Order: sequence, then C-alpha cells, then structure tokens
Amino acid sequence: MARIAGVDLPNKHVDIALTQIFGIGRSSAEVICANAGIDASRRINDLSPEEINVLRKIIENDYKVEGRLRTEVSLNIKRLMDIGSYRGLRHRKGLPVRGQRTRTNARTRKGKRKTVAGKRRAK
Amino acid sequence: MSRSVKKGPFIAKSLYKKVLEMNKSGEKEMIKTYSRCSTIFPEMVGYTISVYNGKTWIPVYITENLVGHKLGEFSPTRLFRGHSGSDRKAAKR
Repeated sequence: MARIAGVDLPNKHVDIALTQIFGIGRSSAEVICANAGIDASRRINDLSPEEINVLRKIIENDYKVEGRLRTEVSLNIKRLMDIGSYRGLRHRKGLPVRGQRTRTNARTRKGKRKTVAGKRRAK
Repeated sequence: MSRSVKKGPFIAKSLYKKVLEMNKSGEKEMIKTYSRCSTIFPEMVGYTISVYNGKTWIPVYITENLVGHKLGEFSPTRLFRGHSGSDRKAAKR
C-alpha cells in the first residue's frame, strides 16, 4: 500500500486516490498526475515504487497538505478571533461567518437543535 | 465576488485625507467616521479611529494586523444579550 504525506492511499484510480490526502482535490490531483507523467486511470497498486516516489516528491515540494495545511487554516481563524473582527466573533460563537441567516437552518455551524422549553407557538 | 484589483482598495476620500494630514503634522487625534466600508490602509497604523455602528462610535485602535480589513468589521452593529432563561450559557460570553 502506498503511503504519501502520512496517508494510506486506497487502491483506486490515481487521481481519485490522491484526493484522500487533505488539501488535494480532484483538480490538483489531475495536475499532479500530469506533472508526474502518470496516467490518471491507472490504479495505485499498479504503480511502481519509483512512480509513487515521483508523486510523493511533487506533493511534498509543491503542495501544502495535511497537518501543515490544517495548522494554517486554524491559524487564520485564530488571527480573525484575536483581532476582534466580526468574522472572528462569529467563529467564537460558532455561528455562520459569511452572513447567512440564522433564524432557521445554519445547523452545520450551530450543531444539533437545542430545544427551548415553553417556546410553543400560540394557536 | 471580490473587488476588482484594477480599482484598488476602497477608502472614503475624506477619511484618507484626514489620515494623511495627521501623518504630515504628526499629531494624533481620534477621527470619527461613518465610513465603515473603508479599507484599513497601512498609513493608518497607530491611530485610533472611531467607527459608527448606527448608534455610537466605537474606537478602533489600528494595528498592523488589521490592515486590509474594513473598518466596519471592528464595530459590531448588533448587541446580543442572550435569550431569557439561558443565563448559564450566556454567562460564558
């Protein structure tokens, strides 16, 4: 099994398998395959160790991936919180950041519904 | 969509003029402004700008980190005091 950037790649088409790495989506996966000169429709287990190494080199040199990307993202969020900007406040409160409505929906940010007692609508 | 680079960052001209004048004379005064949509320029670093939030002016001390943001981001327009009966949770903020 091939291991790149601390992630075990599944035995799938190369471009799909690469998307298992945090920070690499479909389009950058295709670019990586093209740069490595590897046909994207081949499967990971069919690649030789050298070819895996080429992929690994490209990803290590040109892409910010996995842990480093995660720390960058959380640093960006922390910066917003530290300077006291509106976006930072929204992050702190766990509410949507980009001006979405919160009267309804917004469940991804707010989490499971917290039912409030006695809030039944009058008939 | 983000603003066209060709235009450059937006700032209210009157505000920019005041900042430049203060830079020249070297004195530090609080500027009151309604212009929440103005971008924070590097020239403003070190000043305190009072930004209107629809009710009062909130003093914003400009540091280097704030450059590139808009003034309004630091002057919240809404005040959330928490829901009735949710005192325990509201106490956290």
